[in-house]
Amino acid sequence: MIVSMTLELKDIPGQLVLALAPISELHGNIMSVVHQHEEKTPRGTIPVQITFEIDQEVLNDLIERLEESGVKVARVGEERLRSSVSVVLIGHIIHSDIGDTIDKIDSTGFAEVVDLSLSMPAIEKTSSAYLVINAVGEKELKKALELLRDVANKKDLLMIEPIMLNSVTS
Amino acid sequence: MKTISLSIIGFGAVGQGVASSILTKQNYLKEQGFNLRVVAISDSKGSEVNPEGIDIERALKRKNQEGTIAKSNQKALDIIREVEHEIVVEATPTNIKDGEPGISNMLGAFNSGRHVVTSNKGPLVLRFLELKEAAEDNGVMFRYEATVGGAVPIFNLIHEALSGNTVIGIEGILNGTTNYILTRMAEERMPYEIVMKEAQELGIAETDPSYDVEGIDSACKLVIIANSIFGQNATYRDVNVTGITKITPEALELASKNNYVVKLVCEAGKGHLTVAPRLVPKRHPLSVGGTLNVASILTDLAGRITISGKGAGSVETASSILSDILYIIKNS
Repeated sequence: MIVSMTLELKDIPGQLVLALAPISELHGNIMSVVHQHEEKTPRGTIPVQITFEIDQEVLNDLIERLEESGVKVARVGEERLRSSVSVVLIGHIIHSDIGDTIDKIDSTGFAEVVDLSLSMPAIEKTSSAYLVINAVGEKELKKALELLRDVANKKDLLMIEPIMLNSVTS
Repeated sequence: MKTISLSIIGFGAVGQGVASSILTKQNYLKEQGFNLRVVAISDSKGSEVNPEGIDIERALKRKNQEGTIAKSNQKALDIIREVEHEIVVEATPTNIKDGEPGISNMLGAFNSGRHVVTSNKGPLVLRFLELKEAAEDNGVMFRYEATVGGAVPIFNLIHEALSGNTVIGIEGILNGTTNYILTRMAEERMPYEIVMKEAQELGIAETDPSYDVEGIDSACKLVIIANSIFGQNATYRDVNVTGITKITPEALELASKNNYVVKLVCEAGKGHLTVAPRLVPKRHPLSVGGTLNVASILTDLAGRITISGKGAGSVETASSILSDILYIIKNS
């Protein structure tokens, strides 16, 4: 899961390392650190926003380790829907119930259709749709795409996915 | 000066392109120390054989005027077996049903101890491994740069310039006809049927375009790539193929508004071969227009390498064939 945390550090040297070390000890992957030394809290501590990817199971352990070393954990939040993909669908999109197609993605709990544009040239002609799907992570995004592929197949829709960019083998 | 004799089997657009390139590049080649002597040319109606070297200019003229090269009715396979020469340029048309007459010509050449340079996909799609082994068993070379990507040197790039790299995957646009159709549909907002008609009038698409637009041609090229680069023994049936016939101008417009173009993309990774329309970001190197071909190769050391160029045309294809001929001369 991807977690964003606000930590409060004492204004003495060596505190940032103290805050980051437990994350890497627990095999977390730090994605961003925002450290604003000049913006102190009313308590005189320095707030730091950290975003990282980590196993959900070790999250409590991490918070404990941070608190033990004197780092205050002010806020913990899960970052949702970090990954995004665009697809185009062609076929009888409306007649094959686009609402149902979107529901199939949204009901997964880990992915949502966040954008939809439709183009319908004439009643008897096939229509085209552009969809953006967001998901909590790359793995979930792949699952959502598989689901949509399956739906498109059943509803006889042509689904155009993006090229695989830097992961040809995956 | 190294004098090399060769035969041109199949004298359509590609065969004539090879002949005229050898003719126009004669002085250039001699400066490099190579004398290419064409000792036999054969088409579907007959052949011309001259161990001293055929007058290429006259041969091209005769083909143009009479529709055939035929001076005698000596058969291609007999020429391959009996006329003394080093390299067979196999340029008969692609036949993906049984690979003939390409397969017999190639096997005949190998068994007679002659190298083969070809533009003919059929045999490589159907019996790649067998042909490769026949060449190896006879101690001769088998070169097929012209089968994929026309003038674009995909195999040379990977096997020579990138040797030492492990290829992780390849993505490419390997069919100029579909690329032209999708590019025109997107640019002019015209439906598939009208653009297809235009492409047929321009000679870019065949009268029966199904081989191109249903992705069969692309799939065949992907099979050759998989076999040559990943050492597989893949055939057409191993490729997951979707063509472009269902694509609407509206779909292309929606994609374009979101900074994508739609291309018929071939993808090869270990154990996965797909031809399908894909969304390509407009500024991605794969986003090439018109009839251009492009291949993007992902490797472990060099990272991503992308090359593009003309994927068809008689002289363009001859460029790849000539390059293979010279490779053989330099390395044999």
